[in-house]
Amino acid sequence: MLNDFINQVGPSTVGGLASGAIYALIALGYTMVYGVLRLINFAHSEIFMIGAFAALFVVLHLGVTTPLTGVALVGVLLLLMLVAMAASGGAAVVLERVAYRPLRRHGAGRLAALISAIGASIFLQELFALVIIPEVFDRPSQGRIQVPVPRLLDRETVVTIGNTDIRNDHLIIVGAAVIMMILLDVFVSRTRIGRGIRATSQDPETATLMGVDINKVIRTTFFVGGAMAGVAALLYAMEFENLRYNVGFLLGVKAFTAAVLGGIGNLRGALLGGLALGLIENWGSIFFGSEWKDVIAFTVLVLVLLFRPTGILGESLQRARA
Amino acid sequence: MRSKIARLGGIVAVGTALTLGLAACGSGSGDSSASDGQGGGDGATTLKIGFMGDLTGENSALMIPPSQGAQLAVDEFNAKSTGVKVELVKYDSQGNPDQAVPLAQKAVTEDKIVAMVGPGFSGESRNVGPILEEGKIPSVTGSATNPALADNGWKFWHRVVANDAIQGPAIADFLVKAKSAKKAFVVDDAQEYGAGLADAVAKEFEAQGVAVERDKIDPNGSDYSSTVTKVKAASPDVIYYGGYYAQLGRLLKQLRDGGVTATVVSGDGAVDKELVNAAGKEAAEGAVLGCPCLIPFGSDVPELKEFSEKYKAKFGGDPLIYATEGYDAATAILKAIEAGNTTPEKINDFLATVDFKGVSKQIKFGPNGDIAANVIHVYQIKDGNLDWLGDTSQAQLG
Repeated sequence: MLNDFINQVGPSTVGGLASGAIYALIALGYTMVYGVLRLINFAHSEIFMIGAFAALFVVLHLGVTTPLTGVALVGVLLLLMLVAMAASGGAAVVLERVAYRPLRRHGAGRLAALISAIGASIFLQELFALVIIPEVFDRPSQGRIQVPVPRLLDRETVVTIGNTDIRNDHLIIVGAAVIMMILLDVFVSRTRIGRGIRATSQDPETATLMGVDINKVIRTTFFVGGAMAGVAALLYAMEFENLRYNVGFLLGVKAFTAAVLGGIGNLRGALLGGLALGLIENWGSIFFGSEWKDVIAFTVLVLVLLFRPTGILGESLQRARA
Repeated sequence: MRSKIARLGGIVAVGTALTLGLAACGSGSGDSSASDGQGGGDGATTLKIGFMGDLTGENSALMIPPSQGAQLAVDEFNAKSTGVKVELVKYDSQGNPDQAVPLAQKAVTEDKIVAMVGPGFSGESRNVGPILEEGKIPSVTGSATNPALADNGWKFWHRVVANDAIQGPAIADFLVKAKSAKKAFVVDDAQEYGAGLADAVAKEFEAQGVAVERDKIDPNGSDYSSTVTKVKAASPDVIYYGGYYAQLGRLLKQLRDGGVTATVVSGDGAVDKELVNAAGKEAAEGAVLGCPCLIPFGSDVPELKEFSEKYKAKFGGDPLIYATEGYDAATAILKAIEAGNTTPEKINDFLATVDFKGVSKQIKFGPNGDIAANVIHVYQIKDGNLDWLGDTSQAQLG
């Protein structure tokens, strides 16, 4: 047992951090929307899925058939990142406009918005399974079968520490996630609209009285949260190289868990929660086997919530600003 | 293919099952004609043989090849025969055990079939078996692989393919010999079919003194890094995966990216060309698949080559999974008719004694209806194609 742990802890840590970085980026969307609207946006997993398919669409149209290197690789990855961010961010704004704003305007309760979110999630999944994958991706009657993504990046070991290989794809994933986190943190704490977001999450009514344009804040929150899911989507497509109409479902559940673990409504909590969840899953698998992954993760979640009901870093966007 | 069948059982099918057209004798257009055949015509006697399986449902890719194989056998028979003609009546159960029952009743009482090829899956076989037994209609399935089907004491039931209990031990035994494996890692998808097969493989490995480590993956997940870590730490000689091709594709890719080079082996659920797309050509290369089915992918064995050419000329594509078994199942029945047996009971009596060299294997039934020759075939992916290497007694791994 201990021997297993010693042999596997290094590779598990690398794998866990890479999975965790993707959870963290998706968790941001849940946490930001919750911070501002006190709404769990259950369609966020489909926002992720849309970004991933948008990136795939561009990859297929660029005609990338062999893995890229050097400048071409960096250029294509940056382009794809922008495409995925725009697609996911745009989709999130449209979703807010269509599925949430009408309800808000009529003063519907949070439960109605939650149902609307679940409906939007199912609608988007089926739209991809029945229309977009068969038609746009030219896979007639295979809408529910996974779509392969061409390899963009050849896996290479960059450093080996003991028995642990650290590969270039792991570095890109973790690096991209950390950079996006820092940018987002600066955006929320330093910019005018970021201040608006913080003000709204503290007290929407007072914020309105102080001249904050609530609708603009909400739109921005959805866009930024969606764009972060877009980054995660590109990283996911690059790493796992297959997409399905329901690819977001399991990741969405995990990311939502990460957001709660870190403290929902808290940006830094999302990062911490995501990385912690990835590590817990992979370390737990060493002892109990991979089939217990989810059980371990949720057991830890329950334990954390028992002692810290607001998650590891505690609640709220406004207090995340140190 | 057990879990597929179990899953099908749970699906509420939309609409009613269509009885596909009664293909006119010798017309050569297997499944398109919808005429009533030779209703009140005079002259030669026409006997009806049923084919039951999933022809339009979710897993129809598994059943269209055997239906075409059976059609080919019937058409060849009619072209030769001067007296009795045979008509193949297709019953599209969509693989759904509940839809299969009324279709079987119709086949026995209205259409008065003399024998049936199929049913295709184990779930529907379980439901249809008692009806055929009561109607004294012999059946020969080429693809229902649940071992328990042979334990019902059915006197009219036959199977021309090895069952699931044979596959696991046979492939494990083959790997021990071919790879002189000392350490094995067995992974499965925690589903009925995959875990069952993986258990059987692990048991046989252990019985032969091979050290076995195990792990399970989430079929709905994509990130198998924890499993890759475990496999890497164990550094096995062979890796066996019980499950379907989509998950195997993802796992293979991550194993190869993680630097694991051991041979990866799987079962009939992964015998699909889509495996190469799912894993990528590079990662899929060299993967070994065991299957009770014989698919003559580009084989140059004369009988198989001849079968492939005839099949391709008629249906415009290569014979895929269970095509040879469908052909052999129909041929067994047609041999009985050829010998002058025209009633269901006489055909059944003849089937008990049948012993001929089919396309897929020697066709001879044991007393419980199961095939006597328990053959498992080995396939390997080479240059992005599935190559047939022969059965477990003769295959050589490249």
